[in-house]
Amino acid sequence: MREYRLVSTSGILGYGYPEACLNAAMERGVDMIGCDGGSSDPGPYYLGSGKPFVSLRAMRRDLRLMLIAAIRHKVPLVIGTAGGAGGEPHLQLVAQMVRDIARDEGLHFKMALIHAEQSQDRVLRFVREGRSRPLGRMAPLEEETVRRATRIVGLCGPEPYMRALGEGAQVILGGRSSDPAPFAACAMSAQLPPAPSWYAGKMLECGALPAWPKGPDCLHVTVREDGVTCEPMGDKRCTPISVANHSLHENSSPVRHVEPGGVLDTSDCVFEQVSHKATRVSGMRWTPADDYTVKLEAAEFVGHRAVSFAGTRDPILIPQVDHFFGLVRELVRGKADDLDIAPEDYRLTIHTYGRDGVMGAREPVRNARPHELGFLIDVVAKEPDIAQAVIALSRTSMLHSDFPGRLCKEGNMAIPFSPSDLAAGEVFRFSMNHVVLPEDPCELFPIEHEAV
Amino acid sequence: MPRIRDIAQVCKSKNAGPFDVTIDVMFAEEEVFRKVQGSGVLRPELFAALYGVRPEEVLLTVYEPGRAFKATLPRLLPAGEIGDTDVYGAQQHAPLLDVEIPI
Repeated sequence: MREYRLVSTSGILGYGYPEACLNAAMERGVDMIGCDGGSSDPGPYYLGSGKPFVSLRAMRRDLRLMLIAAIRHKVPLVIGTAGGAGGEPHLQLVAQMVRDIARDEGLHFKMALIHAEQSQDRVLRFVREGRSRPLGRMAPLEEETVRRATRIVGLCGPEPYMRALGEGAQVILGGRSSDPAPFAACAMSAQLPPAPSWYAGKMLECGALPAWPKGPDCLHVTVREDGVTCEPMGDKRCTPISVANHSLHENSSPVRHVEPGGVLDTSDCVFEQVSHKATRVSGMRWTPADDYTVKLEAAEFVGHRAVSFAGTRDPILIPQVDHFFGLVRELVRGKADDLDIAPEDYRLTIHTYGRDGVMGAREPVRNARPHELGFLIDVVAKEPDIAQAVIALSRTSMLHSDFPGRLCKEGNMAIPFSPSDLAAGEVFRFSMNHVVLPEDPCELFPIEHEAV
Repeated sequence: MPRIRDIAQVCKSKNAGPFDVTIDVMFAEEEVFRKVQGSGVLRPELFAALYGVRPEEVLLTVYEPGRAFKATLPRLLPAGEIGDTDVYGAQQHAPLLDVEIPI
């Protein structure tokens, strides 16, 4: 029976993996080496700013070992969502890292870059032609939303990866992609059917996460026409329950996985332990969609952030802290006005740790009597100097504002460090949760080949 | 009466994309999972009450192969929005821990 073997080194390129586990996978035999390079989970900053969310040192270490192994064993190396958010700066960062490693190690290969960043003009065309749809609770995509976006990426499906492989690339770096797509593409390029290929991708996108106990390891998956077998290469185990439960990870449904081009249905999957460490899964189904859709992600610029942290141990202040915040806000507003800073020029948020700092308005515990509270004071303003000015006013107002019954006349707050105000850089927000309907799955994802 | 924290193997939350949070409860033993399922406590109305959303905003899946229940509902604010408290959505599970299951 036809089979295809894949190894995924870690959940994100740069999260690290034991070198021995990659070596074990190569000895076992693999037809490709892959790793998901990113996620939207760390938030909108990385997409907006173009920066990675792992260190370059960690990314380079992970990449170097994989690259050497792939070239030595003459198998493809495929990275999706390169550089964290999969925009153009992220992709170029990883591409340059690959070129540098290749030069240092004397490696030569064909490389393909799959671009996933989308121009405003291209997205506007989809909006104007009525070829965009909202997801979830979003309103239809408006031209103004597109024009406000700092960066837009499309989630690439498997087709551009299959094309790049077919055109002879050995190393493929993709921009923003559906997490399983690069893996699914490799298996489908080897003539395996979509259902087990996509299922394999689902297992591989997070490294060894389908194995228990949780910890660094590499996951080896064998795809056959009737199912997949998952086995970690280190000391972890894939069990029917650990593999089944991976279908719950970071998605809205464990049984219905919407992907570009179709839906993977895992509701009738059967899980069997086939060795001490390996579990086989069968019964997955793939239903092609009527329309091929590409999901868009976008980040728009919000402002500049400055933060400060303070705590109180005062039992007179703690029960009236909401009233106190009102006093602080009023004071900040007045003093900001003296600096020609209008209320609409900044947003002041105070997170109260020890009360509802984790769950905010959803915190069900409302009658707790904490003996101390921590305050993360967060200012986002349209200019960095306004953020700095307002955080300084907020900090001093928290420290020195009078409140009813106050005995601690020298200061209300314990401030743990100096300088007390920290500039936290640019702030972005996620502004799209929409799909567009291209005529061709490769239309939005140009492929660029180069000889390294 | 046992609470979720007494009988579950895993109780966790995480983003399901930047706009939704998903809460998973898993049980180590098939028998306990069946009893919890039979109790009818883990239903959309419960999650709606715990998280302040409407029942129709809760997508609840009973996932037998994983002996798990999964509820996906809107985040209070999109991940990373000004005022968001939990960018990864990883600490929104706690209200469920004290839910009592009559088994």
